Amino acid sequence: MKTLQTGALAALASVGMTGAAFAQEAMTLDQKVNQAFADATGPFVSLIFAPFPGTSFPWIVMWLVIAATVFTFYFAFVQFRFFGHAIALVSGKYSDPNDAGEVSHFQALTTALSGTVGLGNIAGVAVAIGIGGPGATFWMILAGLLGMASKFTECTLGVKYRNEYPDGTVSGGPMYYMSKGFAQLGLPGGKILAFMFSIFCILGALGGGNMFQANQAHAQISGIVGDYPGWITGIIFAAVVFAVIVGGIKSIANVTEKVVPFMGILYVGAAIVILAMNADKIGWAFGQIFEGAFTGLGVAGGMVGALIQGFKRAAFSNEAGVGSAAIAHSAVKTKEPITEGFVSLLEPLIDTVVICTMTALVIIITGQLVMNDAGTAFVLNEAGTAIKTIGDTSGVSLTSAAFGASISWFPYVLAIAVVLFAFSTMISWSYYGLKAWTYLVGEGHKRELVFKVIFCIFIVIGAAASLGPVIDFSDAAIFAMAVVNIFALYFLMKLVREELASYSARLKSGEIRRYEH
Amino acid sequence: MKAKIVVGLDGHDSGERALAFAKKQAEMIGECELIVLYVVEWSPFSFQTAEENAQRSKRRGEEVAMAKERVIDPAIAGLEGPGMTVSGLVKHGDVADTINRVAKEHKASQIVVGRASDGGLARRIFGSATSNLVMGADVPVTVVA
Repeated sequence: MKTLQTGALAALASVGMTGAAFAQEAMTLDQKVNQAFADATGPFVSLIFAPFPGTSFPWIVMWLVIAATVFTFYFAFVQFRFFGHAIALVSGKYSDPNDAGEVSHFQALTTALSGTVGLGNIAGVAVAIGIGGPGATFWMILAGLLGMASKFTECTLGVKYRNEYPDGTVSGGPMYYMSKGFAQLGLPGGKILAFMFSIFCILGALGGGNMFQANQAHAQISGIVGDYPGWITGIIFAAVVFAVIVGGIKSIANVTEKVVPFMGILYVGAAIVILAMNADKIGWAFGQIFEGAFTGLGVAGGMVGALIQGFKRAAFSNEAGVGSAAIAHSAVKTKEPITEGFVSLLEPLIDTVVICTMTALVIIITGQLVMNDAGTAFVLNEAGTAIKTIGDTSGVSLTSAAFGASISWFPYVLAIAVVLFAFSTMISWSYYGLKAWTYLVGEGHKRELVFKVIFCIFIVIGAAASLGPVIDFSDAAIFAMAVVNIFALYFLMKLVREELASYSARLKSGEIRRYEH
Repeated sequence: MKAKIVVGLDGHDSGERALAFAKKQAEMIGECELIVLYVVEWSPFSFQTAEENAQRSKRRGEEVAMAKERVIDPAIAGLEGPGMTVSGLVKHGDVADTINRVAKEHKASQIVVGRASDGGLARRIFGSATSNLVMGADVPVTVVA
């Protein structure tokens, strides 16, 4: 997910300070709406992001990391044992040629990836490194590796309990495995969990998957062409999204589908080029990452600060445990639900362990973070909240500066990439939200249209206003999805273990075999 | 054993010429089975939206039905003759690979396809399905101009 919780909060804080002098005077309607919204949703946001007493560690991050650790042990390091098998599945070695024309493992994986790769990988990492130092990278990678097991669990269940309709269409996701899986185990409450999950998923889709994206895309565009009203960006984005999700204009979606992976490859490619140009410093950079992971190298909060930032950004970026991926992966054509689980565990690997790490290495290697003369510790900024950077950049502008330091024109490519990633994330989340919506109100053309129109309206709102409280709320909604989802996964994980045992036995006996192509 | 010929159709004129040629061959052979094949170009490595994925199975069915109705059925209609059996198939995949695979599966003695008629830039760079088939086929291929 592409959230910039800390950045948003920092921006909010600065707005709050400068605005305080005027607050006594007349509040505009916008401010009143914002205020009312913040008051109404504040307790919920505070609850979700509440830190453990005496620390700044949000419990929700711990909730995600603990779950990922539990699944990793419960499935005996499935992410490493079946890594090679996952690659073989994606490359189609186990695909029945008679299923040609159906959704392949590769397609399900790339569709899910397009929903997670984006601002989190570009801006979120910069925030983590800026505050937690290079050491945050270590914890981010660790969380990414553990998160692979969460994805495995939820995506296996997503396929196993999806609805397949007589006309060949499918609907899947946590709401289906909650209601059907709990019923199968004879446990109560599955429907209630599914209901709660659906509500949070709709809110998360409209917020983090929509308004936040529109907002950041506008910030990027206006950063390059100069300031102009956000609603213009909003209307354009809404029109294009409307054309795709309501009008079914395949050509736009097709262009995005081809350009977005290309942008992802270009981004990683540029990072590799920069690393190659500074090959002599790679060893030093990894040294910084390991040293910083356990000492903090003088960053605010020390080792714990680095750990919090790393865990947080990994969770925000790859969405492992949130449940959204289970919706995206459920359309695959396979007789064995667990095969999609294996494939999905590549997602946090690509998103977090590869792409996020690339961003981190480029920022470290290009020397954006200011160190003391002895090179033993980082220099903090004046407020003491983050590491001082060359040009006082943070978030996406820090990443941009790091890439720009080696490839002068890359910031423009990056801006385009951010806008396109935002667009593809919106398309993905419009679908996640829609599935939750139809789970609640039932499937049908008119009912779906209502949600799609609402979704487009929220794009305009998201781009037009600086909706700090709304964005905080939508972040909270996405993580509330994880609270409900992981709670359900703890009950359902034994079903996945049965599948895993049966599948590995048949794989070993040769019953499940490769096809000759 | 009956001789088998796989005829690859593309829904255009060149496919019809291939069909006419294959029919003539079959008549000369006498006991012959014609397998008329239409391949819907499809790659498992393309990028799709989540909604397209959810609809994929349904669309695939529609694509098969449409190809059968518009290409295969009209082609088969004019082919029945003494000693000749005809069957129609619609498959998804890479055109050249799929025609070759079907020919191998059915132990066909020959593949007949039409020559690609239009030569756009992409075809000049990547080659047409026909030229790919000729290069990679495991079964003798006849290309009808």
